[in-house]
Amino acid sequence: MILEVRDLTKIFGGLKAIEEVSFKVKQGIILSVIGPNGAGKTTLFNCLTGVLSSTRGRVLFEGADATNKRAHEITAKGVARTFQNIRVFGSMTVLENVMIGQHLRSKEGLFTAILGTDTFRKEEDEIRSKALEYLEFAGIQDYADTLAENLPYGDQKRLEIARALATEPKLLLLDEPAAGMNPQETWELMELIKRIREWGKTVIIIEHDMKVVMGISDRIIVLDHGVKIAEGTPDEIRNNPYVIEAYLGKEEVG
Amino acid sequence: MKKILFMLWLSLLSMPFMGIKGGAYLFLGICASYGLYIFLANTFDRIKLPAVPFNAKIATTAAIISALILPFLMKDYYTDIAILAGIYIILALGVNIVIGFSGLLHLGFAAFYGIGAYSNALLTTSLGLDFWSALVLTLPLTSLAGFLLAFPSLRLRGDYLAIVTLGFGEIIRLVLNNWDSVTRGPNGISNIPSPVLLGFEIGRLTHYYYLVFGFVLIAAFVVKRVQRSRTGRAWLAIREDETAAESMGINTRKYKYMALTFGAFWAGLAGALFASKMHFVSPESFTFMESVFVVCMIILGGLGSVPGVILGSLILVLLPELLRDFQLYRMLALGVGLVLMMIFRPDGLIKKS
Amino acid sequence: MFLQQIINGLTVGGVYALIALGYTLVYGILELINFAHGEIYMIGAYLGIIFIGIFTAVGLTQYSLFLSLFLTFIMSVLVCSAYGFTVEKLAYKPLRNAPRLNPLISAIGVSIFLQNYVMLTQGATDKVFPHVLPVTIIEFYNVTMTTLQLFIIIVSLLLMAGLHLFIMKTKTGKAMRATAQDKVMASLLGINIDRIISVTFVIGSGLAAVAGLMVAMYYGLVNYSIGYIAGIKAFTAAVLGGIGSIPGAMIGGLVLGLIESLGAGYLSSEYKDAYAFIVLIVILLIKPTGLLGKTEGGRS
Ligand SMILES: Nc1ncnc2c1ncn2[C@@H]1O[C@H](COP(=O)(O)OP(=O)(O)OP(=O)(O)O)[C@@H](O)[C@H]1O
Ligand SMILES: [Mg+2]
Repeated sequence: MILEVRDLTKIFGGLKAIEEVSFKVKQGIILSVIGPNGAGKTTLFNCLTGVLSSTRGRVLFEGADATNKRAHEITAKGVARTFQNIRVFGSMTVLENVMIGQHLRSKEGLFTAILGTDTFRKEEDEIRSKALEYLEFAGIQDYADTLAENLPYGDQKRLEIARALATEPKLLLLDEPAAGMNPQETWELMELIKRIREWGKTVIIIEHDMKVVMGISDRIIVLDHGVKIAEGTPDEIRNNPYVIEAYLGKEEVG
Repeated sequence: MKKILFMLWLSLLSMPFMGIKGGAYLFLGICASYGLYIFLANTFDRIKLPAVPFNAKIATTAAIISALILPFLMKDYYTDIAILAGIYIILALGVNIVIGFSGLLHLGFAAFYGIGAYSNALLTTSLGLDFWSALVLTLPLTSLAGFLLAFPSLRLRGDYLAIVTLGFGEIIRLVLNNWDSVTRGPNGISNIPSPVLLGFEIGRLTHYYYLVFGFVLIAAFVVKRVQRSRTGRAWLAIREDETAAESMGINTRKYKYMALTFGAFWAGLAGALFASKMHFVSPESFTFMESVFVVCMIILGGLGSVPGVILGSLILVLLPELLRDFQLYRMLALGVGLVLMMIFRPDGLIKKS
Repeated sequence: MFLQQIINGLTVGGVYALIALGYTLVYGILELINFAHGEIYMIGAYLGIIFIGIFTAVGLTQYSLFLSLFLTFIMSVLVCSAYGFTVEKLAYKPLRNAPRLNPLISAIGVSIFLQNYVMLTQGATDKVFPHVLPVTIIEFYNVTMTTLQLFIIIVSLLLMAGLHLFIMKTKTGKAMRATAQDKVMASLLGINIDRIISVTFVIGSGLAAVAGLMVAMYYGLVNYSIGYIAGIKAFTAAVLGGIGSIPGAMIGGLVLGLIESLGAGYLSSEYKDAYAFIVLIVILLIKPTGLLGKTEGGRS
């Protein structure tokens, strides 16, 4: 088990955004989190990654406690994420964005930088070439020197993925990566995510597009009003009466 | 028509303060400058200036060489101002680390400048240390002050942080002003000695100019290096999006502490140079206005850009001095300039590449 | 001694509260710390001196002191509101969609401009409020209080009550509250946001003018630099009560006035100006939303 979540609860004022959510994630799979708008999916991600502190419950990453740690500590453990509303570093170049992702995998400090020592230079070169690799993986290497804010929307989403991958995570959380993309872009993105799994990384993905979800997930979790109402393989979810009633009722499934 | 009415409205508003005649003159003045503005805007639009090829290396070399020979061509009066400009550049480079790189709107930097200046003043006059030994103590001390006063930046953002740092700045000035037994209160400390370098007293203006120039070079070089390093990137990431930065594994708290400590370091250096240049310090030199003045410099040049900071400091120090008649209206123009800048060119004179 | 400090504190506190209301009203609607608001108050104080001077010169003051003072109040409030209105239109409105720090810096620019404008036109030396007011001292127990102090306390309280009624009862007041709640929603409901923002600046500046005028009468002296420190203190008062909250600004002003006068009386008067900053820093660090402000959930 790479991730184990026990009775996780987050309350905003009086609103229970997620309530007693528990689940386990096996190494190397793609898990989808689905649910209607406001179900608490993003809040779940925020609590898992330390962006928000949860009200109750526990999070175990690779068996070790990772509850309410600060975001950078969680990232150091090997969890990376993208954001639903794009949060690239707009006035930095695409390459620099991904170099930031390498922050934890490098260690040079202020003084070696000022002196321009050999180890500093070597490390900078390494960071740069690695960052370029990730850009290539995400298919945006041509934009390396463009300011991130000038990138088209779909490529900004790819940049976020490249940046997250650059932290060299074991577990990658993607919050609606396909939102706003056309079918072609969506298809390319699915291929990208599958390749990430082939790399041996575990992926949790929030997605509204059922074709995407059913197409790539190994397992699915359904949230509704902050509560986990179902969990299973795509086939099980497709046929689960609760899910059909609470969420999929109006929509064509699969 | 609407514009004329608006100008009339402005001059009407000014009448209680400027009298009826003054208001009328103001009206004519505004109309005339507006006409001039329209005229200039039109002419400049028509004459398309050819794009000047700009090479950073050549520009830097040219700037350094001209700065080196300048004292031979200038009157002492201008050398004096150039020294002041150099000190402000160092201070502004420090402030730029905090505001420009890390995005923390700090409005109390005059405090660190003041701590640097007073530390140098007290160590040299009361303890009789020479400039360099005093500097060796002053720099860690101001950095430590920056570190200790960094904690609000962890909890507060944006304008709240601005107000709290302003408060810190004022408290430190009040302490300088009222702690008579040590700081001699509003009278200040005088007879601060000049630095001695290799047994050679740097008393003459030209010599002091080269000393400051040397420090400016070091500061610009170091800050530029750091900007292009892992640390600099972490600061920029925090400025761009703190949550995303933290999610990329950046310990934002640590880097904010680092930014303030490092920024205060340069402010301390600037303060020490100021004290030994003036041979005198008093709380009056470290007011809130001073902090704002420096913020204006880095905004004018372009937040976060080292050449921008240098350009902004030079403009704001030199311009009012070169236009002597302008002196009285310096602050007035500064105020208007800030507003116009925010409206028309919020990114500063030097645009990000 | 204690009671005496309380009375002094309430007098100053009432003035702080009036200025603080301007900060809170604007912050509630624009989320802008209107840094120039202290300068508007200073302009109000100068206008008071200028207008009473004019009325004295034309002989009105000698004819009827009451009428002359009344007109001074009216004129100062009107002109000062016009200043507030104009500042908003020129320096803040173009920046409404800019990043949050830009209007703050613009406000600092306005503040520097207004200070130097007054200094250049009115001189750098103190201006004196003419001695037209008879000073009557009220004494009870060991406490003395001038009629002017009583006047300031009463006027402050009346204006606060008036503002409260305005905000709660009138249509414009309700529109202001709606705008502060949710600008998009308010404009969908047909509220003219630009007008509401102007009204907010006009009211805030009017209250600041009254505060300035009363301070000019109370201390008898004004200077172009009084706006900065008073502005900071009033801002502290607004934060103390929870910025954006109108009752908060009133209470915050009074509390700050009391803290200051008790601090000056019992601790040290040299650091009188530092108390406001210390209170401000401590409050913001402990509870960034102010005493009466609401709390947010979660980190970040
Ligand atoms: N920081 C916050 N403060 C207060 N309430 C919040 C906060 N973040 C989310 N909420 C509330 O929690 C609930 C769950 O929100 P969340 O963003 O997690 O939903 P979601 O499932 O991601 O929805 P969507 O599909 O629209 O992205 C919503 O009612 C939302 O309004
Ligand atoms: Mg979401």
